[in-house]
Amino acid sequence: MAEIYAAALINGLLIGGVYALVALGLTLIYGVLHIVNFAHGSLLMVAMFAAWLMAEKAGVHPYAALPVVALAMFALGWLLYRYVIGRVSRGEDRAILLATLGVAVVLDNVFLTLFGGDTRQIESDLTFAVIEAGPLLLSVPKVIAFAVSLLLAGALWAFMALTDTGRAIRAVAKEPEGARLMGIRPERIFALAYGIGIGCLGAAGCLLLPSFFVSPHVGNVFVLVAFTIVVLGGMGSFPGAVVGGLLIGVTESLGGLWLGESLGPIGISLVFIAVLLFRPTGLFGAAR
Amino acid sequence: MKAPLIVVGLVLALGPFALTSQSLVNFAMLTVVSAFLGQCWNIAGGFGGLTSFGHTIFFGTGAYTAAILQTRWGLNPWLALPAALVTGSLVGAAIGAAAFRAGLRGSYFALVTLAFAEVFRVLSNSLDFTRGGLGINIPLGMGAGNFQFADRRSTYAVALAFLVLATAAAAWLKRARFGARLAALRENEDAAAALGVNLVRTKTIALALSGGLTALGGVLYAQTYLYVDPAISFGVERSVEMLLVAMIGGAGTVWGPILGAIVLHIIADVSRSWIDTPGFAPMLYGVVLLVIIGLLPRGIIGIWERWRA
Repeated sequence: MAEIYAAALINGLLIGGVYALVALGLTLIYGVLHIVNFAHGSLLMVAMFAAWLMAEKAGVHPYAALPVVALAMFALGWLLYRYVIGRVSRGEDRAILLATLGVAVVLDNVFLTLFGGDTRQIESDLTFAVIEAGPLLLSVPKVIAFAVSLLLAGALWAFMALTDTGRAIRAVAKEPEGARLMGIRPERIFALAYGIGIGCLGAAGCLLLPSFFVSPHVGNVFVLVAFTIVVLGGMGSFPGAVVGGLLIGVTESLGGLWLGESLGPIGISLVFIAVLLFRPTGLFGAAR
Repeated sequence: MKAPLIVVGLVLALGPFALTSQSLVNFAMLTVVSAFLGQCWNIAGGFGGLTSFGHTIFFGTGAYTAAILQTRWGLNPWLALPAALVTGSLVGAAIGAAAFRAGLRGSYFALVTLAFAEVFRVLSNSLDFTRGGLGINIPLGMGAGNFQFADRRSTYAVALAFLVLATAAAAWLKRARFGARLAALRENEDAAAALGVNLVRTKTIALALSGGLTALGGVLYAQTYLYVDPAISFGVERSVEMLLVAMIGGAGTVWGPILGAIVLHIIADVSRSWIDTPGFAPMLYGVVLLVIIGLLPRGIIGIWERWRA
């Protein structure tokens, strides 16, 4: 019995690592631009499709494709912000929310039109590989995804803390007008931060694909998960996104174990609602 | 200005009864249902600024109310209409009271409604009471007494009556003191509260009103297709469509959702003759939404307003 729980716990932590990477992008976008990026799930779907296409059509393993997909997603995010979201929304809260919803609707349905609604997976010798750790069997793609996600999270943190660009991003997040007076152009930083947030999704898509399926609707699954993590950790908080990702991974895994496959997913939505209703600042968030 | 509007309205409203083409009647019915649901969203989302991403909660509540009343308790389906009005409003009041008491607004309100819709979907997919993922089949029994119509024109007539009801509610909001309080909260929450508008109560009533009306649409769906399941009832697509209809036509206006529904269904029909895949029309909706937000924040009806001004 204890072994089942231990396995569920470890599995939850492993998947939670990738969730953390997805949520980092979202929390970065929120922290800097103060916008709720509803297109986050759909952009992850795009990244997963990109990884799938690289594997199926070009025979490139998702791990090898990771840098390319992450860069391409960065470019897509930068362009989306520069030419669609930033332009359409004129800085109004509701307009931005609806603009990101519009982007999500367009992306979901472009892929539905092009590829149909079927779910797709890649065949890889890694898909079913396991490591034996005592009595536990750990899925190799999940272990790799976990390790690389946390590595990338650390790299992102170092980038934000140590480089001039990172400092500029943090300056704009805190005080856009002050940053402008220091010679930083907030509009550029906004596009850059949005691009980095979406670039995280490029990496996450490649890490998820060997153990996950992709379909044009998969964004709907992830968007709620990502927002739950970010809200739980505190909107805009980096450590919050990592801790929240791990907690939500475990919640999902244990929820499935206790409540069964059909009722299990309710755990995430309930956590989300409870945090919003009772502790909207989350675990690490500053008071609003 | 009123007279031509009424004439156009009458032609659109009564025209389908003269039609014999099934596809045209079907088009008219779907458009009117869409306009009705968009109008229901508009009551909360437009007039109250409560941008809901989960309005299908109320639609699904109504659909399940109709299905369960008949299959479990053997009640006449016409009773489902008042029952759905009650269940839909109660769900709206409960979600509203919880969300507005916690001070959720804007994007946060949108997200919490999305999460509630997911809770409803998972629950209806898991509970025996709703027959889980199997969904509920409503036994066939054509006849007006049984609220099942072989002729789509009758369904159209019911949908039209709903649309008139919801539009009357919207027109009332435009004039009544309650509507003014709601609009004041939408424009500036702090100022309205300082003037003595009860924030939680006003917004909760708006959501309950919108929820009760939306639930009627669920009943009509159940009685038309004689089947409900978790994805039909609580899937995110319907929430988004309701929002799109209102936003594209003109949120917070009385005629916007009707205009929005007509435009979206013409787009859907025309685009289907170009490329007939399930995603193509919704993709165009998304593009239209982006264009509208960018260029016409008041919706298509804004063109008319600008022209008159």
